[in-house]
Amino acid sequence: MSDLSYVRSEILPERAPPASSVGVVGWARANLFNGIGNSIPTILALIFIWYVVSFLVSWVFSPTWSSESLNQCREIFGADGGHSAACWGVIRERWVQLLFGFYPEAERWRPVVAFGLLFVALIPVLFNMISRRMNWVLLLAVLGLAALYLGGVLGVILGLALLGAAGFIGFKAFSTSKEDRAAQIASGAKRLPNPLIFSAIFPFIAPWLLWGGSIWMPIAAALGFVVGFFAFRFLAPVVGSLAGLIIAVVAALIWWLFLTTGFAGLMQSIIPVGLEHVESRNFGGFMLSTTIGVVAIACSLPIGIVLALGRQSDLLIVKALCVGFIEFIRGVPLITLLFVASTLLNIFMPPGTNFDIILRVLIMVTLFASAYMAEVIRGGLAALPRGQYEAADALGLDYWKAQRLIIMPQALKISIPGIVSTFIGVFKDTVLVSIIGLLDPLGLSNAIRADQAWNGIVWELYGFIALMFFVFCFSMSRYSMYLERRLRTDHR
Amino acid sequence: MSSITLESHADRSKMEVSDEVAIEIRGMNKWYGSFHVLRDIDLTVYQGERIVIAGPSGSGKSTLIRCINRLEEHQEGKIIVDGTELTSDLKNVDKVRSEVGMVFQHFNLFPHLTILENCTLAPIWVRKTPRKEAEETAMHFLEKVKIPEQAHKYPGMLSGGQQQRVAIARSLCMMPRIMLFDEPTSALDPEMIKEVLETMVELAEEGMTMLCVTHEMGFAKEVANRVIFMDAGQIVEQNEPNEFFNNPQNERTKLFLSQIL
Repeated sequence: MSDLSYVRSEILPERAPPASSVGVVGWARANLFNGIGNSIPTILALIFIWYVVSFLVSWVFSPTWSSESLNQCREIFGADGGHSAACWGVIRERWVQLLFGFYPEAERWRPVVAFGLLFVALIPVLFNMISRRMNWVLLLAVLGLAALYLGGVLGVILGLALLGAAGFIGFKAFSTSKEDRAAQIASGAKRLPNPLIFSAIFPFIAPWLLWGGSIWMPIAAALGFVVGFFAFRFLAPVVGSLAGLIIAVVAALIWWLFLTTGFAGLMQSIIPVGLEHVESRNFGGFMLSTTIGVVAIACSLPIGIVLALGRQSDLLIVKALCVGFIEFIRGVPLITLLFVASTLLNIFMPPGTNFDIILRVLIMVTLFASAYMAEVIRGGLAALPRGQYEAADALGLDYWKAQRLIIMPQALKISIPGIVSTFIGVFKDTVLVSIIGLLDPLGLSNAIRADQAWNGIVWELYGFIALMFFVFCFSMSRYSMYLERRLRTDHR
Repeated sequence: MSSITLESHADRSKMEVSDEVAIEIRGMNKWYGSFHVLRDIDLTVYQGERIVIAGPSGSGKSTLIRCINRLEEHQEGKIIVDGTELTSDLKNVDKVRSEVGMVFQHFNLFPHLTILENCTLAPIWVRKTPRKEAEETAMHFLEKVKIPEQAHKYPGMLSGGQQQRVAIARSLCMMPRIMLFDEPTSALDPEMIKEVLETMVELAEEGMTMLCVTHEMGFAKEVANRVIFMDAGQIVEQNEPNEFFNNPQNERTKLFLSQIL
């Protein structure tokens, strides 16, 4: 019988892997040419990709940028009449229209500024890597550029002042290192206000920029929240927090429904400040898509959270209402809701009510998105282990604190892919408004084809629209992946 | 079953039981649907007592201690914790919960918060302690459970034993008068069971009132001043540990002890 005992006296050193399994060659061997069954599809796929790309490249790079009509393009291609290359003249001539619809030319700076401010408002919400000061620099820069663009002596002076301020703060931000700044703050240096303040103001500025009218309207609308806040603040200790909340909401609603117009009119007659009013029917193009998309996205998340919580609630009526709402909205196509918004809703309104068509569409798309959002978030809530609720309860956190601090941050994190999918879906669904006669990019493409010069042009317009949508949707998708990485707290 | 031996012998002389009542349970009954889980439970726990609750699985041990901070509702009888009766009044429930710490089998740390944030969350939001003070307290307790250097990591980066010690520290940060342990070592590797038990022994030596559902009979012998044996939703036998292990009276207890020792 042989001796079973064995004792290793030294640990083997690590060796490098064989050369054929690392580097480009190793990668290609493992993934592309791993045996005949693997090599043949690889070669076929390469041929297919080459074929598609070579066709696309020759289609895209065609010298038709300055053409005036489809016929001119055909002359450039040659007499064969084949439509084998792109006719980009239509984009050169109509891109402004595709972006702004029939928004008055003199006022087009307004949606551009609103769009720029949108990013300034979004950055502190979406990212935590940019410093407070850089955010204010961005805001000042956008406003400064807008003032410069408007021109006039006042505009130039204001613009230069704003840009100067931006440059000054930006220079200081760059010239002091992070550690120095932290030390300054620790020793009591004044910090700039939190840029989230601007993010909170932006929802009131943006509609004013887009639709124009008196500046007192958005201020009055914002005051509604102030009214609600103070009503809650002073009544909650007296009548309890739930009753206080209800009274606060009612107070705010009364303010919005009955007092806002009067207040705004009064203030306007005292201090008239305003922009020229732009009718909703002049809205169009990507401006319209982004307006609807951004509002629906921004509103559907909070409404969806409330609905998802309501659906899990122990309160029977709340639960029934939420389930009913979600199931009804999910059971009805968006087109139907849009038709209701555009035609039926007027029947139920008292005659003479002017209920803006875009506002109606906004409400419908938001409700639609919220129902889906609620279900996505419910999925996240269901994925949380029971222990998280129990641990929060056992520490004495009440329902709302537990939701806000423990449950929602985790449930939302789990649901990020679903939430962003819904966002992207909603954004793309905004093209459906072309069916009820709003001129979104698709609706405009039909209008452009009705022009005799561009009759018969298809791919170029759709390609351009697809590209624009792709830019938005792809950014959202990449952002969600970034966010998932940032929020990952396990050690994988 | 329990092969874990504690290194340090707990110093029983430090563990004094006062005659002040911490928890009083009278005629408590609970049903899950039509299943009668807890039957006529009567139990009085005095301040400073260390009670180990043992019993076969499904005997209602966990349910019993989960009733004490109302993670489970009882349908009949009275539970009075530190002078506050547990009823459907949420104010009382929250008051009791902030006085009673609980440690779970699966730790239930909040994975999206760092260790320090896990420990400061409840003091800040429930007790309204200023952040700085809460952080100091948290670091004090993290040192006590011997993991201050992990304070800025996330729970997912810690071993099971470390996580359970953090969970204990998190409960302690609320300065509870009573601690409930729901099988705190059942999900741990043998190596880690010891570190958690030692933390618990230390806690006992400081006079904490503890109710502990566990299968660690070594811990029961070392620390408990009373062992309760439950079967089929009832308290079948209770006694001080020496008597309980060496001279069990009830047939069911004898059978159970013969199986696990």
